[in-house]
Amino acid sequence: MKRDDSYAAVLARRNEIMKASVGIDYSRYETGVIGFDYERLMADTGYDLARIRAIQKQHGVGSTPLKELPNVTALVRRIAAPGKGARIFIKDEAWNDSGSFKARRASIACHRAKDLGFAGVIAATSGNYGAAVASQAAKYGLKCIVVQECYDGRGVGQPEIIEKARACEAYGAEVVQLSVGPELFYTFLSLLETTGYFNASLYTPFGVAGVETLGAELVEDCLAATGRLPDCVVVTNAGGGNLTGTARGMLKTAGAHVPVVAASVNLKGLHMASDRDFNRKSFTTGHTGFGMPFMTNPDRSDVPRSAARPLRYADRYVTVNQGEVFFVTEALTILEGIERGPAGNVSLAAAVALARDMDEDQVIVVQETEYTGAGKHHQAQLSFARSRGIEIRFGNPETEVPGQSIILPERVDLIRVVELDLDKIRLSLIKNQVKDHKRIERSDVAYLAAETNAPEAFVHRALADLGVAWEE
Amino acid sequence: MVKKGTWVRIHRILLAPGERAENLPEDTRKVPFELWVKGFLTAEAEIGQNVEIITKTGRSEQGTLETVEPSYRHDFGAYVPELQEIDRIVLTTLDGGRR
Repeated sequence: MKRDDSYAAVLARRNEIMKASVGIDYSRYETGVIGFDYERLMADTGYDLARIRAIQKQHGVGSTPLKELPNVTALVRRIAAPGKGARIFIKDEAWNDSGSFKARRASIACHRAKDLGFAGVIAATSGNYGAAVASQAAKYGLKCIVVQECYDGRGVGQPEIIEKARACEAYGAEVVQLSVGPELFYTFLSLLETTGYFNASLYTPFGVAGVETLGAELVEDCLAATGRLPDCVVVTNAGGGNLTGTARGMLKTAGAHVPVVAASVNLKGLHMASDRDFNRKSFTTGHTGFGMPFMTNPDRSDVPRSAARPLRYADRYVTVNQGEVFFVTEALTILEGIERGPAGNVSLAAAVALARDMDEDQVIVVQETEYTGAGKHHQAQLSFARSRGIEIRFGNPETEVPGQSIILPERVDLIRVVELDLDKIRLSLIKNQVKDHKRIERSDVAYLAAETNAPEAFVHRALADLGVAWEE
Repeated sequence: MVKKGTWVRIHRILLAPGERAENLPEDTRKVPFELWVKGFLTAEAEIGQNVEIITKTGRSEQGTLETVEPSYRHDFGAYVPELQEIDRIVLTTLDGGRR
């Protein structure tokens, strides 16, 4: 009998397709009514930090330089109060093969695929991860398909995504390009089913464990350079894997808590599934359109249980505006002679604002950069935005309206972060997780406390407000 | 006439506007869900014809022949005067523009 490849039929086969394509039976980890054993899922990857380091070293990944930015720090001190203005460092992740930290995730996903005997890998991504998977697949002799959301309904492509397609094809991958819409998941599932390839999802334990080396290196590099642990690490946040992996790696290495700040570009008001809004944003990742939904509902990803769980590890969550990130990207270029992609500089823009309120002897680490080039470059993005009718001018970035304007700060001291209320985000996560239940078990309360990095008393109050009972 | 074996790009509509997922914004619902993919043409054809290609991973795909020997045309965009103004602001703030 011929297989039914209609939209509804393929989506109905989602769970079996997933199970076959990642080689993980997620049902083994389920606990209580809503919980699952996250640490056991991570441990079962079978790859500890030392092994991951060895794999990455053999495949052009890791050991990237941690660089101090003395001129950016001096700039911040010009606008800071006396004695304020922390030393700013960047982990220059653009030096990984394929040009971003995503190589760390791809390296372990591809290693796993090869180990399990898959002939190829598939990733659904419009960003750096596609190039990373294609690059690593080339090393392992795996076939590779990258599925991109690329064009709007008029056939206009976002330049950054077109550049990513070029990079993927340069590394020998096949690129399937789609118009805007969540039905991408249907195409992705169909391809997994027809090819039998490995799902190199960003959200498997392999994809997240691969980033733990970044956290470990960062701690070691910072100790070597300054003699102290970072006082603050700023992480660009979208799906949450970057933050989760970095924080886990730091925990395993530092022997002490290192404060982690998540940073996203504010794209409030733009709908991620809107054909019209698609080309009215200048950031294809690192923005609140991914950051918020994934932080409050990590399991919305392309695997049953995401290994990226940023709310477990974030101490703060801040946003910056598009204009601020473009400004800081240009400042990095002109002051330090380092030209990097804007999306990777989201955390740098946040760090400029955060460093200003920290003491001079403190250290703030920006944990990634990404390559830049045609399409990705901040000039390419600003030029594209202008061609879409977005107003670009100097002023107070606070007044930026995503999709309508990009407001570049007219003074350096106007670069500020907006602090999001983590407790509200915690409540939202709890609400999402219990939404189909009237009563949960004792272990579920502990699970929610871990998920929200909050005391059980906080979870109890939230459950009471939601009218959900729990076993004492 | 495009020769067999030529590297081309094809286009196919996967879902017509009426077949799209629920809960889509109005503007997205109005347009079809489309696919573009590249590969080697399996038989001589004309642009606009329905053709078969073999992709880089060896898959067969069908669709309308759209582009012959597609290339990359993305660039660094038009001149953006604001970038030089950012330089001026940054350098003036740092040391009064002495650099």
